[in-house]
Amino acid sequence: MSQMTSSVDSALVPDAVAVERTLAGDRDAYRILVERHSQNVYRLAYRMAGNSHDAEEIVQEAFLRGYQKLKQFAGQANFGTWVYRIAANYAIDRLRQRKVEDSRREPPARESEEGNELDPLAQIKDSAPSPERLAGSSQLALRMQQALRELTPAERTAIVMRHWDGCGIEEIAAVLKSSTTAAKNTVFRAVQKLRVALEPFAEGRQTARAMGME
Amino acid sequence: MEHIKEEELIAYHDSRERQSPDWHSLSVHLNDCPECRAALEKIEAVFAAMDSLPVPDPGENYGQRVWAAISPRLPERQPHWWESFFAPRRLAAVGAFAAIVLAAYVAGRWSKPQPPVETVDTAKVRERVLVVAVGDHLNKSEMLLIELSNAQPNPASGKLVNISAEQHRAEDLLEENRLYRQTALKEGDQVMASTLDELERVLLDVANSPDQVTPARFESMQKKLESRGILFKVRVIQQGLRDRANPAKQPAQQNQQRNISKMNHKEGNFA
Repeated sequence: MSQMTSSVDSALVPDAVAVERTLAGDRDAYRILVERHSQNVYRLAYRMAGNSHDAEEIVQEAFLRGYQKLKQFAGQANFGTWVYRIAANYAIDRLRQRKVEDSRREPPARESEEGNELDPLAQIKDSAPSPERLAGSSQLALRMQQALRELTPAERTAIVMRHWDGCGIEEIAAVLKSSTTAAKNTVFRAVQKLRVALEPFAEGRQTARAMGME
Repeated sequence: MEHIKEEELIAYHDSRERQSPDWHSLSVHLNDCPECRAALEKIEAVFAAMDSLPVPDPGENYGQRVWAAISPRLPERQPHWWESFFAPRRLAAVGAFAAIVLAAYVAGRWSKPQPPVETVDTAKVRERVLVVAVGDHLNKSEMLLIELSNAQPNPASGKLVNISAEQHRAEDLLEENRLYRQTALKEGDQVMASTLDELERVLLDVANSPDQVTPARFESMQKKLESRGILFKVRVIQQGLRDRANPAKQPAQQNQQRNISKMNHKEGNFA
């Protein structure tokens, strides 16, 4: 805790002050905002992209765009929420672009050997999991990852923002550029698809419970 | 009896929908209808499976790495001279300076000379304030965890368990927790930061739950709490803070670190 106090002042500089200092030409003040909000943006980016390589690119691009558009922010809302939204917008554009590119490729391109960390979800789709891998990780988690990958970019964005990050429907609608009713329906559709994908697992568990095995 | 539509069940699962007029009638229906409860459990299972997907930790100095990657690409920002002159901070500073001058003038006119008072070490005071604040936060979190761990719903009754009070408290604690975690991270206090990070995930789970959950879901929440050993870790950190607040009997951070790494190691073996 003694370590904590040495630069506690910088850690407790409010976002609004850091934004103001950045706008006044103090580029280093933006560092406070980057360091403070990177982890949160990374979580969103990882869940949207499904791999750490793309997630890191999304985080960097979000903060770069945030810096360029900082005048538009002008203290209207929480900086964390604002940069989160920039990241979500960029991530959904990327997902859509990736879908278009994938659909153009014949046959679908495989990830390089070096890039096998690139997208674990892609690996799941391309190859059946080995017995060792199944033993090492839960089938349910694998199925869930695959089901998430099969969602449309809008559905994936909506469910990530709603469930994991607790965003309001208005916020999701703003990112999806749709009405709130449409955003709500997108969330429902995503959950329904995931529920159907996990149906065999849910039934298995319910049967097990009914038989007193779980 | 007409069953609840899937859309309604999904909305019901979301605690933020509890303000809707239909929410209470759905609750009543769910209490009486085993089929709808089973359908709700399937939806809960989807969310539970989502929660089980890990997000890799990018590392404690991830923010610094992001800054290192983007800072060379940031363009210089040149403000207009009048922008910086009228910046609210500058205006505030000018105002504050004027107020101090005025206060000093008034005080000088009305006060009598006093004997010099003992100066206070501000760093120590600040540390003490922080220790007390974090201690208080951990205390409140511990109470919440104990209540959740010790609650005993009756699974046979199949009735929903109301956790709205705990949920509101978790929401309140989340903001504070984020602030303390970021401070700890910034200062390189890894033990504190990682414990607060785990606590944050638990609080987030509780805050994002619906305010009434099925006994099965409640039980799985309790199991999750137990397997993470979060209550133990919070207690260890609290003890460390108490020792720090009372340096006379200070076994301190090493013990704390040892206990928590033992605990993490144990968890690693189970995983």
